[in-house]
Amino acid sequence: MFKTLFKNKTEWTGFVVMVVVLAVVLPLLLPIFRLNLVGKYLTYAFVAVGLVLLWGRCGVLSLGQGVFFGLGGYCMAMFLKLEASDPVSTSIQSTPGIPDFMDWNQLTELPSFWVPFQSFPFAMLAVIVVPTLVAFCIGWALFLRRVGGVYFAIITQALALILSLGIDGNQGLTGGRNGITDLRTLLGWDIRSTSAQYILYFVNLLLLFSCVVVSKYVINTRMGRVLVAIRDREDRVRFSGYNVAVMRAFTFALAAMFSGIGGAMFVLQVGFMSPSLVGIVPSIEMVIFCAVGGRLSVIGAVYGSLIVNFGKTAFSEASPETWLYLMGGTFIAVVMFFPNGLAGVVERIYKSSRLNNMLVGLPKVGRYFKQVSGTSDVSLKNSSTEAGK
Amino acid sequence: MSLSTEHEYLLEVEGLGVSFDGFKAVDDFNFYMSRDQVHVIIGPNGAGKTTVLDLICGRTQATSGSIRFNGKEIRGKKAHRIVRMGVGRKFQNPSIYEGLTVLENLELSHPKGRGVFSCLTFRRTEEIQKRIESVAEEIGLSDLLDTESSILSHGQKQWLEIGMLLMQDSDLVMLDEPVAGMSVRERAETAKLIKKISANRSIVIIEHDMEFVKQIADRVTVMHLGKVLAEGSMESVQNNPKVIEVYIGH
Repeated sequence: MFKTLFKNKTEWTGFVVMVVVLAVVLPLLLPIFRLNLVGKYLTYAFVAVGLVLLWGRCGVLSLGQGVFFGLGGYCMAMFLKLEASDPVSTSIQSTPGIPDFMDWNQLTELPSFWVPFQSFPFAMLAVIVVPTLVAFCIGWALFLRRVGGVYFAIITQALALILSLGIDGNQGLTGGRNGITDLRTLLGWDIRSTSAQYILYFVNLLLLFSCVVVSKYVINTRMGRVLVAIRDREDRVRFSGYNVAVMRAFTFALAAMFSGIGGAMFVLQVGFMSPSLVGIVPSIEMVIFCAVGGRLSVIGAVYGSLIVNFGKTAFSEASPETWLYLMGGTFIAVVMFFPNGLAGVVERIYKSSRLNNMLVGLPKVGRYFKQVSGTSDVSLKNSSTEAGK
Repeated sequence: MSLSTEHEYLLEVEGLGVSFDGFKAVDDFNFYMSRDQVHVIIGPNGAGKTTVLDLICGRTQATSGSIRFNGKEIRGKKAHRIVRMGVGRKFQNPSIYEGLTVLENLELSHPKGRGVFSCLTFRRTEEIQKRIESVAEEIGLSDLLDTESSILSHGQKQWLEIGMLLMQDSDLVMLDEPVAGMSVRERAETAKLIKKISANRSIVIIEHDMEFVKQIADRVTVMHLGKVLAEGSMESVQNNPKVIEVYIGH
């Protein structure tokens, strides 16, 4: 099992370093306001990790992952909003007991699709199931018709537009452009308190690490090799007896599930959900996080989400007029000069003979680094047999 | 083959036709394939040979006719379903998974683990390992199991792809110009390999190299303009005046 998750010591080290940085170093160094910000950025990492599987491994670029982030987020937000809209605190409304935005839009009772979201177990299940199921159905329909490449990217982008406009245009049912705001408690527990923010940060980490582990498992099993085979030689895979459409739909659904969890954790940590997190721009940004981190590396995608978001904050503070151009320029530069993102750069440094020679003196460590140089993350080559010894 | 008593032919193709924008690439094509035989399809360029293979394996959908494999109609089925029924296809250019080792290429072709969940839980058992080794020996790549397949020679890649079809447990193996670009020695090796593997499966081959065809063919079909021009042993086909006129004569 362990060998399936981590092909060699270096992969294991990479994972441990990430855990230590996110779970120990950052919480000790940062004040809660900044840590909460990191937590928010890490909810995008769920999407980026999913994109590593879908785009990096399986070769399917989706420009609509915001849809699934949004679906998971809205499922969570609907539950929290209903909890915040109890008849006592909404007693000044003309219809007490329904969310405030419904009251403003002259709704007099809860729409039927909102009703099941009063149940906590249902809402939690919906966070997982709704994005997964929607993605599987869309994926199945498209991949069966062999829609791929640019066409798939455009269709998913259209989906992101449709969903964000749909939410926008139905203010009474969805909260419209403002989104669902003023979320306070989860089962009576105040999610805005400092202690809750700490706890949610760590719950978020735990879920993110689980997604990372699941992704690593998928990548290192036969499934991972089939996915790369589909990316590189789709036709041959079909004639090896695989149903390519099902494999792709599975990957799309898995990536959507990760995104949905990320969306739900976003709502808990930030306290609102709005169509601005669902549409085209956030969906494309999520692809940028993945590309900058390295679209082949799960751990790279996590760092990518953090770094790009911090960069965004820094750029926008330093130069409010041109920060978008700076962001765009960075993305173009990364794609042109480092097609495998930060993870690719780190790997290249390991590979450089200088470092290798430096490490010859340390026989044991040197050997691990040599293993890395022998097994590029890009290739399908499975070195587990070697590393296990 | 346990089913051999039920159906005389492994593959029966009747009245097969396909047209691309009105151009009939294959027209009223009939083809019967016995068990454990090597059947070679020859014909001038553009005769429709590769298209026939594409139609049988589901890569292209036929517009008319029927294709029965082991007595079951396979026309209109999806490519991966036809593969799972036991039809293997090798493409003209070697198409293997270049980033994988020889062993992993063979492993990926093993019928176990073709579904999502069986794929996620797949383990290389003793039995599968043995099967990989025996196939590797058959195709002469035993010593190269851990070699990345991208660095194999052209001939070795062709053999690896044949090995992948053997791993798939195909009853019918279809090879599109398996010796194109091979050296004389490699051709001889390939002929031996094909003879060996035809002992318990049927093989359809498209080939241009007449010397090679003579060595391996049990039966030859000559195609011309999408139709069958002649069929029989190599000798009878070679002496057929119609064939000489369109093909062998010049």
